[in-house]
Amino acid sequence: MTIAPAPPASIAAVDRSRRAGWRKLPRKAKVGCVILGLVIAIAIAGPFLAPDNPSVQTGALLHGPSLSHLLGTTSTGQDVMSQILVGTRATVIIALAAGVISTIIALAVGMTAGFLGGIWDEVLSLVSNIFLVLPALPLLVVLLAYQSARGDLGTILVLSALGWPWGARIIRAQTLSLRNRDFVAAARELGEPTWRILMFEILPSELSLAAASFVGAVLYALGASVALAFLGLTDTSQWSLGSILFWAQSENALNLGAWWWFVPPGLLVAIIGVALVLVNFGLDELGNPRLRVRQRQPGRSRRSARWLPSDPTPVERRTRTGSTGILQPGPAALTIGQRPAARPTADGAAGGAG
Amino acid sequence: MTFLLRRAAFYVVAAWAALTINFFIPRAMPGNAIDAMMAKFPHLAPQAFNALQAEFGAGGGSVWHQYVSYVANILHGNFGTDLIEYPASVSSLLIQTIPWTLVLVGSATILSFVIGTLLGVAAGWRRGGSLDQVLPGLIFLQAMPYFFLALLAIDVFSLHLHVFPGQQGYSNGLVPGWNPAFIGSAIDHSLLPALTIVLTTLGGWMLGMRNMMITTLGEDYVLSAVAKGLPDRRVIFTYSARNALLPSVSAFGMSLGFVVSGALVMEVVFSYPGVGLLLYNSVTSDDLPMLQAIFLVISLAVLGANLLADIAYVLLDPRSRTKEAFT
Repeated sequence: MTIAPAPPASIAAVDRSRRAGWRKLPRKAKVGCVILGLVIAIAIAGPFLAPDNPSVQTGALLHGPSLSHLLGTTSTGQDVMSQILVGTRATVIIALAAGVISTIIALAVGMTAGFLGGIWDEVLSLVSNIFLVLPALPLLVVLLAYQSARGDLGTILVLSALGWPWGARIIRAQTLSLRNRDFVAAARELGEPTWRILMFEILPSELSLAAASFVGAVLYALGASVALAFLGLTDTSQWSLGSILFWAQSENALNLGAWWWFVPPGLLVAIIGVALVLVNFGLDELGNPRLRVRQRQPGRSRRSARWLPSDPTPVERRTRTGSTGILQPGPAALTIGQRPAARPTADGAAGGAG
Repeated sequence: MTFLLRRAAFYVVAAWAALTINFFIPRAMPGNAIDAMMAKFPHLAPQAFNALQAEFGAGGGSVWHQYVSYVANILHGNFGTDLIEYPASVSSLLIQTIPWTLVLVGSATILSFVIGTLLGVAAGWRRGGSLDQVLPGLIFLQAMPYFFLALLAIDVFSLHLHVFPGQQGYSNGLVPGWNPAFIGSAIDHSLLPALTIVLTTLGGWMLGMRNMMITTLGEDYVLSAVAKGLPDRRVIFTYSARNALLPSVSAFGMSLGFVVSGALVMEVVFSYPGVGLLLYNSVTSDDLPMLQAIFLVISLAVLGANLLADIAYVLLDPRSRTKEAFT
């Protein structure tokens, strides 16, 4: 009889959840996915749909929204609608690429620190904690102020270099708790090399966490890249949602009363952000079924519901691992999901701790 | 005490890391920053050129030698010379702007923390009540970029409703000083920026506190406090809120870097004469020494605030005084 590697039960679990995934997703997560899908569609098709060349200056200066210019024109007569349709692509690409790279770094650092322990853990945890407390934006500004670092690739690299510590911290905590599980011990007994244990035993069990940290990293990269573009630190000759806002600000759109110039791009950024937050909430629920909001059982008064024993694990543990829902735009935001209408039971409420 | 010592040691290491990053950025960047700056400022005084060379490593000496003298300079509070307003030192420019940011961002952040926490206590106590309905809206505000909300606020409150002044830190024509006219004007100008900071950060504190309240309210010791017939006030504040507050306090320090970053960009929108505007101006004028000094000062300030949050944590949580707390 051949000895197969420890059956990766976690993979089966992931497969199952993937198959039943969409229907089981909470409604808010579905909404988030749909919005993100639309945004990605705009990013792909936008430049072909744009009615005008976004950089061409027409004679229609500062016109409000009309049939010929659905979202009005800028002070040099450029079509705002076309700028948004074209610019979404750059913003989405930067956010996604920085999200992917940060997540890979976060996984590598978090899994190494959690699994190897000892001096590795000390050093890597120290480094990620340092990057967590240093204010990211001023550092980003300093890095990008050197002209040579600008451009898309430079921006992506710099954003990724600063976007990983949050995820690394969470993944390290999870790896620590997985390290001593039976299936990992079995794999070790079978003499599997460390990299194989990490890739095929640990990683699959952490997929939902990795996905959540990816969404968090994308959210961070979105906010930071738009802010940097707004400050004029990325290539302002290239259209992105941030550079539209940069031009609106430097051309004084506010005092000219040209709301159609800065409200739509800003609102689009905000909507993408909210969609990411909603998706993160859904992922969190999938990975941790306890978080699901249950309907209140009939016959229980609100008062008695308050004294239900609460779920002992999530809140405390999750806050310790750092996802307090307070600071970073990261996994933080998981929380939004609380349905205002449903009356959360003790379990459901604990889920909010995110 | 061990806990605080450990944290203090960590912040020293973090401060050293910030210093070192700051030292190596100009040296690691491809291209010669000095040439670029010389091209930008053709009329630079020779002294400025020398200062620049020393600062950016084009001068003589080994890297190690430069590093030592750089650290010594920083320890003496000498952050270098500003290019734009030569020979004004960077420190003197920073000292003019820091109070504006410190007062505005500091008080707005603390206000947001206090209000958010109190609202969270109320929402946790009356779970499913009307406060819970407000949360998604607050989170929406949090998901949008700070500066965008600031733009909207200026548009609505300043340009259309004329309730608040939308630009600058005080009215034109006033001379900064400790007189009622100036202070009144400064407060008037700080209201709208402060409001946007509070609005965008409130939701996070409220949510965190609400969820922790719900957890602690389910604990046995709270149940027994209720069974004893203690008044609600006492159950809420002395029994549950006190414990529920701990994660918020430990998160407070770490959120500061994020809050400060957002507030810096917001200052640009309001033309508020703080560090954020200084940062923006040095970016637009390629004033690299200034930029690096600002980064350093902001980092050190955030680290200091973190230490304060840790001290508050130790005061609030007796457990952290006896055994080794979380890292």
